[in-house]
Amino acid sequence: MHDIIEELDKKRRAAHLGGGQKRIDTQHKRGKLTARERIEVLLDPGTFEEWDMFVEHRCTDFGMADKKVPGDGVVTGYGTINGRIVFVYSQDFTVFGGSLSEAHAEKICKVMDHAIKVGAPVIGLNDSGGARIQEGVASLAGYADVFQRNVMASGVIPQISVIMGPCAGGAVYSPAITDFIFMVKDTSYMFVTGPEVVKTVTHEDVTQEQLGGAMTHSITSGVADWAFDNDMQALMAVRRFMNFLPANNREQSPIRPTPDPAERTEPSLDTLVPTNPNQPYDIKELLFKVLDDHEFVELKPDYAKNIIIGVGRMEGSTVGIVANQPLVLAGCLDIKSSLKAARFVRFCDAFNIPIITFVDVPGFMPGTDQEYNGIIKHGAKLLYAYAEATVPKVTVITRKAYGGAYDVMSSKHLRGDANFAWPTAEIAVMGSKGAVEIIFRQEIRDAELIGEHTEVYRTKFSNPFIAGSRGFIDDVIMPRDTRTRICRSLNMLRNKQLENPWRKHGNIPL
Amino acid sequence: MFNKILIANRGEIACRVIKTARKMGILTVAVYSEADKSALHVELADEAVLIGPPPSTQSYLVSERIVQACKDTGADAVHPGYGFLSENAAFAELLALEGINFIGPKTHAIQMMGDKITSKKLAMEAGVNTIPGHTEVIENTDHAVHIARDVGYPVMLKASAGGGGKGMRIAWNDDECRDGFERATNEARSSFGDDRVFIEKFIEQPRHIEIQIIADSHGNVVYLGERECSTQRRNQKVLEECPSPFLDTVTRRTMGEQAVTLAKAVDYQSAGTVEFIVDAQRNFYFLEMNTRLQVEHPVTELVTGTDLVELMIRVADGEQLPLTQADVKLKGWAIEARVYAEDPFRNFLPSTGRLARFMPPAESELVRVDTGVCEGGEVSMYYDPMIAKVITYGASRDQAIAHMRTALDAFYIRGVSHNIGFLTALMKHPRFVEGRLSTNFIAEEYPKGFSAADIPHDDPALLVTVSAAIHRSYMDRAARISGQMRGLERRVEDEWVVFMNGEYHPVVAHPVPGGHDVVYKDEVFAVRSDWRFGQSLFRGTLNGADVCVQVERRYLEYRLFHSGSQVDVLMLTPRMGELHKLMPVKAPPDLSRYLISPMPGLLTEVAVTPGEEIRAGETLAVIEAMKMENVLYAERDGVIAKVMAKVGDSLTVDQPIIEFE
Repeated sequence: MHDIIEELDKKRRAAHLGGGQKRIDTQHKRGKLTARERIEVLLDPGTFEEWDMFVEHRCTDFGMADKKVPGDGVVTGYGTINGRIVFVYSQDFTVFGGSLSEAHAEKICKVMDHAIKVGAPVIGLNDSGGARIQEGVASLAGYADVFQRNVMASGVIPQISVIMGPCAGGAVYSPAITDFIFMVKDTSYMFVTGPEVVKTVTHEDVTQEQLGGAMTHSITSGVADWAFDNDMQALMAVRRFMNFLPANNREQSPIRPTPDPAERTEPSLDTLVPTNPNQPYDIKELLFKVLDDHEFVELKPDYAKNIIIGVGRMEGSTVGIVANQPLVLAGCLDIKSSLKAARFVRFCDAFNIPIITFVDVPGFMPGTDQEYNGIIKHGAKLLYAYAEATVPKVTVITRKAYGGAYDVMSSKHLRGDANFAWPTAEIAVMGSKGAVEIIFRQEIRDAELIGEHTEVYRTKFSNPFIAGSRGFIDDVIMPRDTRTRICRSLNMLRNKQLENPWRKHGNIPL
Repeated sequence: MFNKILIANRGEIACRVIKTARKMGILTVAVYSEADKSALHVELADEAVLIGPPPSTQSYLVSERIVQACKDTGADAVHPGYGFLSENAAFAELLALEGINFIGPKTHAIQMMGDKITSKKLAMEAGVNTIPGHTEVIENTDHAVHIARDVGYPVMLKASAGGGGKGMRIAWNDDECRDGFERATNEARSSFGDDRVFIEKFIEQPRHIEIQIIADSHGNVVYLGERECSTQRRNQKVLEECPSPFLDTVTRRTMGEQAVTLAKAVDYQSAGTVEFIVDAQRNFYFLEMNTRLQVEHPVTELVTGTDLVELMIRVADGEQLPLTQADVKLKGWAIEARVYAEDPFRNFLPSTGRLARFMPPAESELVRVDTGVCEGGEVSMYYDPMIAKVITYGASRDQAIAHMRTALDAFYIRGVSHNIGFLTALMKHPRFVEGRLSTNFIAEEYPKGFSAADIPHDDPALLVTVSAAIHRSYMDRAARISGQMRGLERRVEDEWVVFMNGEYHPVVAHPVPGGHDVVYKDEVFAVRSDWRFGQSLFRGTLNGADVCVQVERRYLEYRLFHSGSQVDVLMLTPRMGELHKLMPVKAPPDLSRYLISPMPGLLTEVAVTPGEEIRAGETLAVIEAMKMENVLYAERDGVIAKVMAKVGDSLTVDQPIIEFE
């Protein structure tokens, strides 16, 4: 017994040392924390339960037989974030460069299987050079095993990936399937093929950072949801974000009590929409003033800024926010913004998070660039996502709701539960001028006449009344009362029951 | 008494006049331009009349529109406020013709005082001190020396046709006068083609001190003490106070009596201000008389206990002044700070836009806020960027300053840039605190403009302990989230590390009834507040002393504003504090090499190409924001390295547009 305990101690010490002090120092020098330090930051102090500390790889080729480190390059287990359970795996770059062996993959699969079983989120901290090449296909099989579980867990439990080092080749597909990706600036990168291969194949000269750094993915590709300055910030951000998410798809999101009254009115919102219809305004002011405690956590803040997505709370319960941003491209829908919003709407729907949509959309972005790249299919994804969503859906039209984009943005026709319009709302097929130029094509040369027609069209449609008369909006509300009316609607919808017809799965226009 | 008063003005002064009129039971009419449709003065008035498009030349300055508005609403008197038509004799005349009362002086007084030469002559005749000098042409160098001796050194030699400092010389003795005269004459000839030069007494360390007077139509004139308005930036007043920290009783009385004499000389009726320039030896000289209510009138009101607007209305209605000179007592001290929508860190560039948040400090006996805007309002490019005046009162100057600092701490403005930080810096500046002022005070103390480095926080312990209390409240609330695991429920620890300005401050924050006890550097700080997360102002006490800190939750940090400075605070557990030291320090990108977009907008023009050499003052790019063209000029000479945005891009604030080499 004594010997065993001694042996245990030895193994634990070895496991804690990972790839050794020298490699730990190198990790620190790069500005990175070690796998275990990251878990310390991520979880509530003293709550980490580690599993499989003694797992070792089984490779005997290329002299690997005597190179074994307990844990085999990944630290796994569970713990809590603000008392709520999460499963974690954290790749250890100091051990074989964090490379994924068969055993390493098995450890990840084990926590994922448990997470699905008990209905708790999985957070993966990625810092790995890639496949354990010495193991060959066994390593590849390990990746696929993880991918399969990512897919099975999708929509069942929230999956979060934090990229804190290299993540290249096949390895990128696990984070790609997960719900959210956080990246660390300067020390993390993700790409399918690295700069050397790129150079050989396409003769492009590109650095790792340019090709797949945090800025690239959070601004240009939209692969990442956030980019943070360092490990610490990324992990703190995950902690904060997890407070909004339910543990699984059978649960409602957690409630955090708030003293912020539902009846809070915001008189300043009455002047938010400028009198000039072409003048932009910042829709974020509305979000902050409507949500509990002025708290809004934005997702993908630097990508497709013409639409805003994120989470906040209403009377303590999580809500998902989708809002057109008139400040950017007049808030129009294009490929990027449609994709950004569509995936978020599906996430909310999967996890019982009510969706609040703020609409000020002049339409879809025109142009060859958009059409050639398939705006039809991509725009349809957002439509599809809203149409299939069965969670409570509350919509507020603040200004423009034109054309097909009106339909798409959580309209009554897509089973919107509570659809409100501000007095400034204009619900029409298109802007008055464009509409008149089509209807009165013959008279287009007569500027005066066109002007008159435009005025007639404007008075007829530049208000919420026609839509109101058809029941397409439920009520016209004063901007200052927006919070109150949304809170009331959400309470009314608390026990909403709506099911889509049985099917294996729908065929979203991917 | 008048039945209905029309206020021919906008903004805070319109609101100010409405308040008094309402108190007196008089109905009010506001006038407004299209840009002011939802302005506060329109909301406050009993009636409102639209008088034209946004530019004031087409609205607030059009006399006929105002008169028409009076007729339409049946207003029997007009209060002009300040600026706009307030010193326009033709307007006063027009009202008189229409039988509408003008709440201000009679036309001839406006006319006489409106002309600099006439008013100066009048002042001299009335025995008011004027700046000694010689306005006739000087024949030659000897003549110049002769005159200079007469006036008394130091003197200033000025080109008659001059301006902008050209052809201007200061001489302290005969030699300098000779030399200066030659040079000034030459410079004047080459610059203006006119070599005439005149001589005037040069005032060292000049102060701007003015006397408030009020006169009725029965020949009674009293002076209501002085106002020190020396704290100016580029001739624009920033701080005003009553009394002046510089005047003695005798000087005050002499100045007051001269002001009264001058007012009597023009049969002045109404409130007026006689401006003086005062030198280091308390010699004072008449500058000009303002025949209207001044922006800074509230400091006089607080110290003399009067309502100047009420007095103006009463005397305009023919009443006798309810007070005599003997009744006027200066009690306590009042300071006014003008809050402008401008960016002190960008050379005080005016800022326009929507006031997303606007929460002035609470008013009390010690704090008065005159403002013409409210949250959700618009600061428009068409009018003066002054959005509010904070006036504080105290038994002593020090107390008034202390109250001003607290009031400024609580003034919460977001959406447009503002000068609260600058005002706070002035309130802390030793020269201001000691009252060592001159009109050059700001120019001398901030020769290179104003920067964040000018407002270091002087009490880190306050920020550290308040941060700890804020975060502890936040965490305690976060720990009440539902769905926690049995046995591992979140227990918030007391020990935290406050990471601020690159330094780690370990603290222990322990909740107690009504707040927290925070141990910092072996000292216990009692932080008491009912602050809750989401509130913008942390109000409470620190060791019994009032404290007000503005709190913004950033993504992970708290951004705190206090005492003019802004600081980002990251709260860490002790273990995280250790690990945080391993995190690389990432210097923010050096933006001095870039032309940065000062506002969100559309890039409509890029006037330069890479490799191009540019000179300071050249146009670099044009941004359209809110349908306005904003031209960005080169601040210094340089070479364009890269153009980083293209025409048609929508820019965010601080987005780089051009990189310099």
